[in-house]
Amino acid sequence: MSSALHFDPIRLPPECVRLRQEVREFLRGELDSGRGRRREAFDREFSRKVGAKGWIGMTWPEKYGGRARSHLERYVVTEEFLAANAPVRLHFVADRQSGPVLLRYAPEHIKAAILPRICRGELCFCIGMSEPGSGSDLFAAKTRAIPTRGGFVVNGTKIWTSNAHQADYMLGLFRTSPPAADNRRHGLSQFLVDMKAPGIRINPIRQMSGEQDFNEVVFTDAFIPQDHLLGEIDGAWKQATSELAYERSGPERFLETLDVLIALVRLLGPQPELRAAEGLGRLVAQLHALRRMSVSVSGMLAAGAEPVVEGSIVKDLGTLWEQRLPARVRELAAFASTDGAARAEFDARLEFATLIAPKLTIQGGTTEVLRGIVARGLGLR
Amino acid sequence: MASPVTEAAQRIFADLADPQAVNRDADGAWKAPLWRALEEAGLTLAWVPEALGGAGARLAEGFEVLAAAGRYALAAPLAETLLAGWLLARGGLAAPAGMMSVAPAQPGEPIRLDPDGALRGRARAVPFAPDVAHFAVLAQGASGAHVALVEARACKVDAGKNLAGDSLGNVSFDGTKVLSPASVDLDPTELLLMGCTARAVQSAGALEALLEAALRYAGERVAFERPIGRFQAVQHNLARLAGEASAALAASSSAADAMERAERLVERTERFDEGVFLETAAAKIRCAEAAYEGAAIAHQVFGALGYSQEHILHRFTLRLLAWREDFGNESLWAAELGRRVAARGADELWPLVAAR
Repeated sequence: MSSALHFDPIRLPPECVRLRQEVREFLRGELDSGRGRRREAFDREFSRKVGAKGWIGMTWPEKYGGRARSHLERYVVTEEFLAANAPVRLHFVADRQSGPVLLRYAPEHIKAAILPRICRGELCFCIGMSEPGSGSDLFAAKTRAIPTRGGFVVNGTKIWTSNAHQADYMLGLFRTSPPAADNRRHGLSQFLVDMKAPGIRINPIRQMSGEQDFNEVVFTDAFIPQDHLLGEIDGAWKQATSELAYERSGPERFLETLDVLIALVRLLGPQPELRAAEGLGRLVAQLHALRRMSVSVSGMLAAGAEPVVEGSIVKDLGTLWEQRLPARVRELAAFASTDGAARAEFDARLEFATLIAPKLTIQGGTTEVLRGIVARGLGLR
Repeated sequence: MASPVTEAAQRIFADLADPQAVNRDADGAWKAPLWRALEEAGLTLAWVPEALGGAGARLAEGFEVLAAAGRYALAAPLAETLLAGWLLARGGLAAPAGMMSVAPAQPGEPIRLDPDGALRGRARAVPFAPDVAHFAVLAQGASGAHVALVEARACKVDAGKNLAGDSLGNVSFDGTKVLSPASVDLDPTELLLMGCTARAVQSAGALEALLEAALRYAGERVAFERPIGRFQAVQHNLARLAGEASAALAASSSAADAMERAERLVERTERFDEGVFLETAAAKIRCAEAAYEGAAIAHQVFGALGYSQEHILHRFTLRLLAWREDFGNESLWAAELGRRVAARGADELWPLVAAR
């Protein structure tokens, strides 16, 4: 493979500019009406309103409740919601990850039943990948799905499952055969799991940040109907790769702690001292560069290219940046005013961002895993 | 997908500015044939309209040529001559043949055009000042900004060298007479950021070349009985180098594209707005950061070999480091960007970043 990297200077088309204004107006109304500016909030009413606007599953075909809009339009909606710290927890995973998998691999009647409900903002999904003995190494998964009459019986444990306690469905990765001698990735299958089904126990795991969205999900003879198998039996590893470039390079990969940068600008006021101005300028330049990279990858994907290495690079740089942002911002704020409302807001946001920082380079693929993918793409593996 | 202009430039660089050959050439004999070829191909005056004697290429094409020059760590005043031609053309002035550079080349050093038609002031660290025949000067007169063409021998030039050994100089204008200065709708910030964009594009090209060279070397060099590129620690370093090259590539090509689009707008207030300022200043800042990080990683990959004069690695790494200083150290631009962001206020930060 060649080492040539491509980051075309993609500009968002005019329909994105109009859409952005519409999204901003909507968010202003919602956030002014007292809705929390906390992305972690689980807010059914908010998600329903977003669904009514047509901004969930917006790239999907209209017959499934989507709006057949472009990936660049979806990019704009996503980044505006993130920048405003809007409470998207209920629908975010379904919109970004689960829906596209169902669209591709679920049988028609399931698509017809579930996708429109995702689009309406009614359904919450979780992802059942990690297990107590299998985190980054997904192919070590041991939770088994054994064929039975009319479907499969599942036994085992998933862990670190965000939202499991609120989720209507899980997309789970279960072992249906042992690994093949020549391919250890063989033998895993992807399933749609109804979280209300019998045999599923959810044990909450508290996080060091004070959040409570992690869970352990224990399957004890849980039944999954045959038509809930997604794609090829034993072949889930083939299904994972194509969607990943979108997932890796999106705005959620560098905007997770943006609110501390905005709070810093508020704290510093219109005439910051030189050190703060210089530090702020560097951070804004880095943010701009990351966004240009991310928009570029989205634009290239929309144009039919497959910038796999570029997508992984965006996530590697982006997550490290958003992780380091609270630490840099803290240093720059040291000589600013120590009281007042702006300080209180800044301190609260900084504290939260500092608490969540460690997870940013772990969730959805660790830094180490990403660099391995980049190295492979560069021809080193 | 390179344009014919870029392909022509690449052929010339490959034939006449090969880093290996240049590195072995102690007396600089490569320089004259290279410049002759660049002039004959119309590349040195690419940004000068045909009506003024140039090639009339688009800004984007010129930036592509500079990216290619960066991939060869080119040590000739091609970017400077392009900038000078562009600056002169802004005032409707024709450009002469030969090497040129621009003044001012650093922020905060206004040059005055006095009513007697003479320039007064000093331009520090003008790239290639001792080598060029002319300077294109942006000066402030009583009736606004003017551009003027000045013969280098009419100025006092204190010659020096940058970190990579390329010439630069402090240029003094002590009542230097100029012929037919032209008024121009341009301020020094825009000129300097045009220079910053050129350097950003060159740096991205140099980083691409570093990545390619480091990958090749890591596949060839055997230590502990296997190619060093097989070691995870080395792989992760190379992935980081790819990340820095990517950031430089994205930031610089975006800035070049922003300049290209701005150039097509007629009204100056629209042409160089806060969005273009962000694009170009951010490219300068991020490429300078990538230059430092990327150079350090590349040296680590090449080990002692890359530290030798004989190896060409330093041609790339030292130029990457030296270019950070040109048209304003990135810290100066970061402070200016930070001040502008702060003055706009917290609620305007995201709209600025997401403007395009």
